[in-house]
Amino acid sequence: MIEIRNIHKTFGKQKVLDGVNIFAHKGSSTALIGTSGGGKSVILKILLGLIEPDEGEVFIDNVKVSHREPGRTLSRIGMLFQGSALFDSLPVWQNICFKFLKGTEKLSSRDAKELAIQNLEKVGLNYKVANKFPADLSGGMKKRVALARAIVGNPKIILFDEPTTGLDPIMTNTINSLIREIVETMDVTTLTITHDISSVQQISDNVALLDSGRIRWKGKSKELKGSKDPYVFQFINGKHNGPINVN
Amino acid sequence: MKVLRNLGQCVNGFFNKIGKVTIYSREILKAFYQIGWMSLPVLGLTALFTGGALALQIYAGGSRFNAEQVVPAIVAIGMARELGPVLGGLIVAARVASSIAAEIGTMKVTEQLDALTTLSTNPIKYLVVPRVLAATLSLPALIAIGDSIGILGGYLVGINRLDFSSSTYLASTASMLQISDIFSGIIKGVFFGFIIALSGCFNGFYASNGAEGVGKATKSAVVAACVFILATNYILTEAFFNS
Repeated sequence: MIEIRNIHKTFGKQKVLDGVNIFAHKGSSTALIGTSGGGKSVILKILLGLIEPDEGEVFIDNVKVSHREPGRTLSRIGMLFQGSALFDSLPVWQNICFKFLKGTEKLSSRDAKELAIQNLEKVGLNYKVANKFPADLSGGMKKRVALARAIVGNPKIILFDEPTTGLDPIMTNTINSLIREIVETMDVTTLTITHDISSVQQISDNVALLDSGRIRWKGKSKELKGSKDPYVFQFINGKHNGPINVN
Repeated sequence: MKVLRNLGQCVNGFFNKIGKVTIYSREILKAFYQIGWMSLPVLGLTALFTGGALALQIYAGGSRFNAEQVVPAIVAIGMARELGPVLGGLIVAARVASSIAAEIGTMKVTEQLDALTTLSTNPIKYLVVPRVLAATLSLPALIAIGDSIGILGGYLVGINRLDFSSSTYLASTASMLQISDIFSGIIKGVFFGFIIALSGCFNGFYASNGAEGVGKATKSAVVAACVFILATNYILTEAFFNS
């Protein structure tokens, strides 16, 4: 369960989040959409405890997220970063099982490698990839490896930051299908940031639209395309004119 | 003020984390290899040529008042007290501070630092502590080796170009060089190593704006390390030798 209560955040003079409330119940998948620079990634960083909000509270499975002690909640969370954020100096298997090799939960190298290969198979990659380095992988393969890293250790919450950015339509569909499959089989709660409306409908049940630091619309993803809400209409049709300030 | 505050947090974080010991032994060994061992060739060459050039200069200057015989002593004292530590520090700063800042800066702008945190690994413990430890402990050893190679450079020039006999040169070096000369340089190395690694880590951690930001962080790391090394060298020289 993810609960974001009345979050405010300002950077310098710019108010990025202005009273954001989001609730995602256990096992649900929620997409957060909105314009670039609208504060979506800041919400993810607040959820991870990387940024402290000026006001408001965040709870992960009823445990308050603390900027000072992010470890209390991080063990429950898997995260897929926009640019994959794989460690260049480590082979794929060590990237996937990093938290079991360097973090607080320890596994032997042999067990960690086995676990990495199992998770590679879950994302459709074979064992040969395990010994490669991130620089040897394509963008799509990097995303899959990052996805394998996000799901290793069976987290209760998975956060996806623009999981399909920069991928071709076929790979986008593959990644979305993998995410959907993982969400259903692992029974996890997910929050996805994306601009891609087709991805929203493929991987999420609920949607929230963020603009100028506020949630402007919430609903089911299947209601998105038929919505008469002016914010939603402008966003999904890519119109320049409307209530969303695109400048 | 913001830079000072951030630097303060970085130093504070380093000492806090080193207190709560989580030892990444593999990272520490890797840092020793990259910072200490891999700096040896460039440091050795720098010391060798500097020692040689110093011998030539002292001979040329000393011959103006018939004091050519001071070459071995001044080469040894000059290398051990000043040129060894300062040139060694500057060379290692150029090589290591830039490399650390570029590596950590790239990790910052590609969200790898955030990824470390989400994987229950503290970036200060994992990235900063091994590098600062390795640099702080490697620099004194590098400087001691550099001093020896610099004195060797002076010796080679002395006996091959300046007509010193090998035994006279070595005896003069041994008689004039005091243990305090050597230790003052080695102690400077401890400070310089700490400065180099901290400058690299600090600038890397606060890199921003993609490739341009990493470039700026790298430049700032080297410039800051060099300036702090020179300033610290003056302060330590005052402390060691003014009395």
